[in-house]
Amino acid sequence: HAKPQASPSASGFSRILIANRGEIACRIIRTARKMGIQTVAVYSEPDRKSLHVDMADQACHIGPASSNESYLNQQRIIESAMKTGAQAIHPGYGFLSQSPEFAQLCADNGIIFIGPSPRAIGDMGIKSTSKTLMENAGVPIIKGYHGDDQSIQKLKFEAKKIGFPVMIKAFRGGGGKGMRVALSEEEFEQQLESAKRESMKSFGDDAMLVEKYVQRPRHVEVQVFGDHHGNCVYLFERDCSVQRRHQKIIEEAPAPGISEETRRSIGEAAVKAAKAVDYVGAGTVEFILDPVRHEFFFMEMNTRLQVEHPVTEMITGTDLVAWQLKVAAGERLPLLQKDLQIRGHSFEARVYAENPEDNFMPGAGSLTHLSQDFDLKDYGGTIRVESGVRQGDQVSVHYDPMIAKLVVWGEDRSSALRRLRSVLTGYHISGLSTNINFLTRLCDNAAFQAADVSTDFIKERHSELFPEGQSPSPEQLAGAAVALSIQPKVVQSDGSAAARNDPFDTIKNWRLNYNHSHIVKLKQKGKEYDVRVISKGGSDYRVSTSGKDMKVEVAVEDLNGSQQFHITVDGTTSRFSFVRDQAKVMLFTQDGNVEFEVPAFKYESLLASKESGADEARAPMPGVIEKVMIHPGQKVEAGQPLIVMIAMKMEYVIKAPRGGVIKKIPVKQGENVKKNAQLVYYEDQTAS
Amino acid sequence: SGSCTKQWQVVRTYQSADAKLARFETAIDQDTEESQNNAQRMRALVQNLRQTIDQIVAGTDAKSIQRHVSKGKLLVRDRISTLLDPGSPFLEFSQLAGYKLYDKEEVPAGGIITGIGRVSGVECVIAGNDATVKAGTYYPITVKKHLRAQEIALQNRLPCIYLVDSGGANLPRQADIFADKEHFGRIFYNQANMSAQGIPQVAIVMGSCTAGGAYVPAMADESIIVKQQGTIFLGGPPLVKAATGEDVSAEDLGGADLHTSRSGVADHFAQDDVHALHLARRVVANLNIKKNITLTTEPVEEPLYPAEDLYGIVGEDLKKTYDIREVIARIVDGSRFDEFKARYGETLVTGFARLYGFPVGIIGNNGVLFGESALKGAHFVELCCQRGIPLIFLQNITGFMVGREAEASGIAKHGAKMVTAVACAQVPKFTVVVGGSYGAGNYGMNGRAYSPRFLYMWPNARISVMGGEQAAGVLAQVTRDQRQREKKEFSTDEERVLKDPIIKRFEEEGHPYYSSARLWDDGVIDPADTRHVLGLSLSAALNAPISPTKFGVFRM
Repeated sequence: HAKPQASPSASGFSRILIANRGEIACRIIRTARKMGIQTVAVYSEPDRKSLHVDMADQACHIGPASSNESYLNQQRIIESAMKTGAQAIHPGYGFLSQSPEFAQLCADNGIIFIGPSPRAIGDMGIKSTSKTLMENAGVPIIKGYHGDDQSIQKLKFEAKKIGFPVMIKAFRGGGGKGMRVALSEEEFEQQLESAKRESMKSFGDDAMLVEKYVQRPRHVEVQVFGDHHGNCVYLFERDCSVQRRHQKIIEEAPAPGISEETRRSIGEAAVKAAKAVDYVGAGTVEFILDPVRHEFFFMEMNTRLQVEHPVTEMITGTDLVAWQLKVAAGERLPLLQKDLQIRGHSFEARVYAENPEDNFMPGAGSLTHLSQDFDLKDYGGTIRVESGVRQGDQVSVHYDPMIAKLVVWGEDRSSALRRLRSVLTGYHISGLSTNINFLTRLCDNAAFQAADVSTDFIKERHSELFPEGQSPSPEQLAGAAVALSIQPKVVQSDGSAAARNDPFDTIKNWRLNYNHSHIVKLKQKGKEYDVRVISKGGSDYRVSTSGKDMKVEVAVEDLNGSQQFHITVDGTTSRFSFVRDQAKVMLFTQDGNVEFEVPAFKYESLLASKESGADEARAPMPGVIEKVMIHPGQKVEAGQPLIVMIAMKMEYVIKAPRGGVIKKIPVKQGENVKKNAQLVYYEDQTAS
Repeated sequence: SGSCTKQWQVVRTYQSADAKLARFETAIDQDTEESQNNAQRMRALVQNLRQTIDQIVAGTDAKSIQRHVSKGKLLVRDRISTLLDPGSPFLEFSQLAGYKLYDKEEVPAGGIITGIGRVSGVECVIAGNDATVKAGTYYPITVKKHLRAQEIALQNRLPCIYLVDSGGANLPRQADIFADKEHFGRIFYNQANMSAQGIPQVAIVMGSCTAGGAYVPAMADESIIVKQQGTIFLGGPPLVKAATGEDVSAEDLGGADLHTSRSGVADHFAQDDVHALHLARRVVANLNIKKNITLTTEPVEEPLYPAEDLYGIVGEDLKKTYDIREVIARIVDGSRFDEFKARYGETLVTGFARLYGFPVGIIGNNGVLFGESALKGAHFVELCCQRGIPLIFLQNITGFMVGREAEASGIAKHGAKMVTAVACAQVPKFTVVVGGSYGAGNYGMNGRAYSPRFLYMWPNARISVMGGEQAAGVLAQVTRDQRQREKKEFSTDEERVLKDPIIKRFEEEGHPYYSSARLWDDGVIDPADTRHVLGLSLSAALNAPISPTKFGVFRM
């Protein structure tokens, strides 16, 4: 590490490159812009039109979809920085943010890596090394084996020595990848194998460590910050206990139920840890907190800005990205420990494209609708929506399926939580499954409200968080049915005033001298519901479903592309937004989103199963049979090639119009056939 | 900048003064006994109308309806709703067609449903046979209603969608439907000529389409037929059997498979009613039609006063007078009415307003027409034609003034000027009979003979050559004169015996249901729906370009 880092000009950077994508790239651009720093984005092929590319002053294409060839392609990124004259590279989180090689490569090319030194990254990135370092620095650590002997026998021996349950973790791990719990000796080998495989895939290395697994632990981490002048501060702790698949979904600051004394000692321990490696920049020291004894143990240090850094910013009134840029440019920390204090409480909820009902299976797809029913300006900075996507964007299978981070601030924990819930129900997505309803239920959960959390929270509270057999309420059915009945028609493409004025658009469902009445069919979880909607003129409807007859009044308001409905059922008004997306309809209510399917019409299934009379295998033209590929009695699938014929020197493949058993083939090879001649009969057809 | 703001403020002040000037201030107190009585009577009429229409919509032949539905077919109004854009209104015409027209034979809605609705963003005329009414066969009134729908399509350049499910001509009544100019054959004549003018003709064969009926899909620009349900042939199986001895099923003779794969008589093969209607939506989506409105538009504003007020203002008694401006204020945008020539010929009210943002000229009656009123009317019609502004007539008229003085002042030639102006006006014209419609007043106020694009009646309206009392009075006077010449007596009893049946007959034949049953109008409407009905009619009419007007000779 002999090479000196490039030194920035006295006035700081004028241009930086962001070696990342998504919300964090956008987040960094926003701060950079505020500071008058120009930004260079990099992007992979599928990200060509993404938000971070649009927001940056310049953008460089760095490769195909695969991260290995794009966002992890160190050489291309360095070249992009050189080409654009960027003085520094911000790595964001994930990707190259914790690669000592990349930090070194930056230094070698005279570019400042916005983060700690390669040595600090390296030391903290290898768990065995970091534990030894911490132990020597007097930071409490947990029992474990971090040795070089990676034989299965040795690892198993050490595990037994520590005592089950144990945690198996990749040396180079992070973000829950390459991490498994073995509850007993029996399952140790299987879990080890699985962890190794994942680690190899994610980090190209499968060295493992084994350590004691604490039951019902809390995950508490401390934000630290160091500068080139020997200063290092802690910006208090975050609680990130609620996790699924060892990944965080909701974070808060400060950690609830922590005494001022513990807060100070854990903070100071974190600073000690950072100083042990001469840490510069933003870092997070993660601890396991024993919820009973309030003892904490060093787990690892993340040598980067973390996903959940905004909750710390919210309670300390800081901009950590601005701090990073200043510190990397050689400036002193803007605030010292004595200047830092906690104000209020903050939550962050991560909105993912995933299906909580299906074990949080990550998803991908198109964000056909994305809107929020709140105006950030009305909240005076107490709400932040950190997102790198827009309506119409794709959530790609190639990268992290996070859609947004919803960050809120409140005077205290309960008011912050209330605000979080309202922001969650006001954040409207359709097109793919999200965890929004799950997060809303989490906000409503009594144990969560009481801050009785652990990293096993979701497992422990499973029955509460996943209530069984929820069926739609008559009011929801009425809302969806009425919304479907009055959804606006395609306005002419020029959207002329006349089209908007037109009574054919505005006098909904009107009939002369009688009431229009029709049945709307809705489906949810395989169950069909018939909803009769009678239009009583103007905004009045009579709706009956599931044995309930309701008087419904509707007021519609257009809001950022979705329609906001104020629906009054038997005198009680509620508000919801409605989005129709092909065969799906989404209601965004105050209690989360409700999804319905509009069942297919009978003819659609008829067409799909091709049971109609006009789909027999017939000769499209007069010609000669070239080849018969089936025999009577054979079972065929729809689309399977049956016969090849030659007509007008062209080859035609006659495919099975539907599945079934072949009864008769009235033609043979070499035979001339007329146009429309039936070539194949099924068992259930009569040959004429 | 500051100067910009200032300028804007000036404009605003000017506009608000403007708006105030046009705003009509009501003088009606809804709480007076008279208002309450009026309202009560009008409500009874409206209730009767809705009950009558409810029965017509429900249908009368339960067995036929049951049979129709059990085959998986949709009822005709459900077919129309499925065809329309979600939420689209449907402006239905002449629901009372055939009402008490054929003695004991009930032909609800004349056996055919016609109207205008939005399909794939395009306003279309839809005509659907009701197969549950006498197997969808054409009565004389069915033919008349079908032709009227085509006339509306032609005048307003609206694509036609025919939902065909008809047994063809009603044979016992063939003499009244076959041979004449305005009979069955005219349907196909209209199809050909509308197609020639670029007005699309689309047919969906959802049931039988026999003999002459076969020409509806055959003459259509594009047609759809439903599998094992729609049939098209010139002669049905019984006729074929009789003529050639051939035994053939309806499906083999003229089913969907045959016509879409072999004969080419139909273009699209549909699995069922819903599929056929959705295919028709695609057909319309591919018509490449854009409504081109050349009128100025303004943001829509609801009237200041509720439409239900009309019940209390108008009532049932045609002898009672009220200010027609009170009616106008409950129809037009923001109750704003820029009156023209307010101080002249006061029995005719003329002026400009907006309806759903579109400009309209309104002519309404405030009493019997004098020479001045007729001149004012002619002047105003000229203004609207000059400016291309659609005209709305609110008819409540006993006629032109009679008497020596009136005749001497040339009431006949003044009336003729108004009639000439109205007859020649090429802007879209709409008429609502809100009260009496008698004599030459009917002509001057754009009666049916003057080809209004649409003509509607309120349930309190009456229409006849003169009032029953007047007619009876005239006949009594003639009889009295005759008796006098014969030196015979004419007792009051005799007079009553003469007059009563005349009054009764006029009352019956002047009733709006009687009128609507015969298609003298396009429908009887609830006064509270007038804004909706006129708005939809106007919007539909704007599908046709507005031609310049050339007036005939005005007798000076």
